[in-house]
Amino acid sequence: MSSQPLQASNMEQLLEGIWKQNPVFVMALGMCPALAVTVSAFNALGMGLATTFVLICSCTLISMLRRFIPREVRIATYIVIIATFVTLVDYIIQAVSLALYEALGAFIQLIVVNCIILGRAEAHAAKNPPFSAMVNALGMGIGFTIGLFALGSVREILGAGKLFGISLFGDQFQPWVVMVLPPGGFFVLGLWLLFFAWLAKRKEAQHGA
Amino acid sequence: MSGQQPIHVVPPVNSLRMVRTLMLVTSLCGGLIVAVWQWTQPAIAANKKVVLERSVRALIPNAAEIVEYDASAKGISPAKGDPAAGAVRFYAAYDKDGKLDAIAAEGAARGYADTVRVLYGYRRACECIFGIRVTHMRETPGIGDKIITDPVFLQSFEHLDVSLTPDMKSLFNTVKTVKHGSKQFGWEIDAIAGATITSKAVGRGINDSAQRLLPLLVPHLEAVKQNGGMQ
Repeated sequence: MSSQPLQASNMEQLLEGIWKQNPVFVMALGMCPALAVTVSAFNALGMGLATTFVLICSCTLISMLRRFIPREVRIATYIVIIATFVTLVDYIIQAVSLALYEALGAFIQLIVVNCIILGRAEAHAAKNPPFSAMVNALGMGIGFTIGLFALGSVREILGAGKLFGISLFGDQFQPWVVMVLPPGGFFVLGLWLLFFAWLAKRKEAQHGA
Repeated sequence: MSGQQPIHVVPPVNSLRMVRTLMLVTSLCGGLIVAVWQWTQPAIAANKKVVLERSVRALIPNAAEIVEYDASAKGISPAKGDPAAGAVRFYAAYDKDGKLDAIAAEGAARGYADTVRVLYGYRRACECIFGIRVTHMRETPGIGDKIITDPVFLQSFEHLDVSLTPDMKSLFNTVKTVKHGSKQFGWEIDAIAGATITSKAVGRGINDSAQRLLPLLVPHLEAVKQNGGMQ
């Protein structure tokens, strides 16, 4: 097998998670952290990177061990591996930034039950070699981070008039407080889903024409 | 019968193999967790110290040295690890001459969305709390989070009476949050209109903490004063 088609296939896998199968906007997975922690762009990036780290590490390890794990105990094994990397990311975030740790709160520990990770482990990592599993997990992680950032940045801009804590509109701006409250998460998610549905329709119409 | 699919019998998996796999995976994971815990602990401890010192310094600007103590029925002892049962942690702030300037301690109570934690500053000279700093809260933006900025609310903490009874067993008056605009006494906190639950949480957290800490601390305050500069 030449390396050219392999590279193309890896690139496709990477792009699949980022765009075609974006966990937030296409598959609507991991909605709990996507709505709960995205009150600011910083929180969204922090949660996205933490989830990406857990995705890549757990999928790579699961792929490496896939031939040794009996089918009957595979879910238990995957959960132990995922929980381990979540614990590691929990310690690492505390060591890097306590402010981020405080802001993300219990949602760091709840990465364990994020269905994107167990879904990737079962659907992809358990059936593919480590490099492929890693690339696929990276694509999904980037896709998830983009999804969270899209929500977090809009909510922070509208709900606080800031981006990454930097004031954008001066003192005259009256923040839309609802945007940083739970309903704001649904409003912004709904608008993004509408936008992606419109993009898909437009593409369909262009192909049909 | 010819149309029926052949039945594939999956051979049973050896139980020993399942146990062995789980043991290996859990051992590997356990080792990883312990290694990363040991690697990150110094940084986590340093981060927590920096955050705490920043909060105490914001409350007590003259603090040149901050020492953590635990107050318990046995007396005052330097803090080590988590406080023992019945002990209350506090922070003694010494000025640049090693003289005790003020005491800071944390109070916590359930607010509207989550626990509200406040650090309060106490001085024996006035037997009062002279300021607070919110260290943790998840209250509603624009409503509950006014406890950080509302000037009238914060004014209540500029001289909040927490004097002790003559036998030093409890506070003379319970610190309590009263309806906005109805504050009459020095131990009352003027609630924020529209954020009563959060305002009450602050009052409750301070009262609970002060009721536990001050009877243990004040009788031994001399020991804390003498420790300045020795740490």
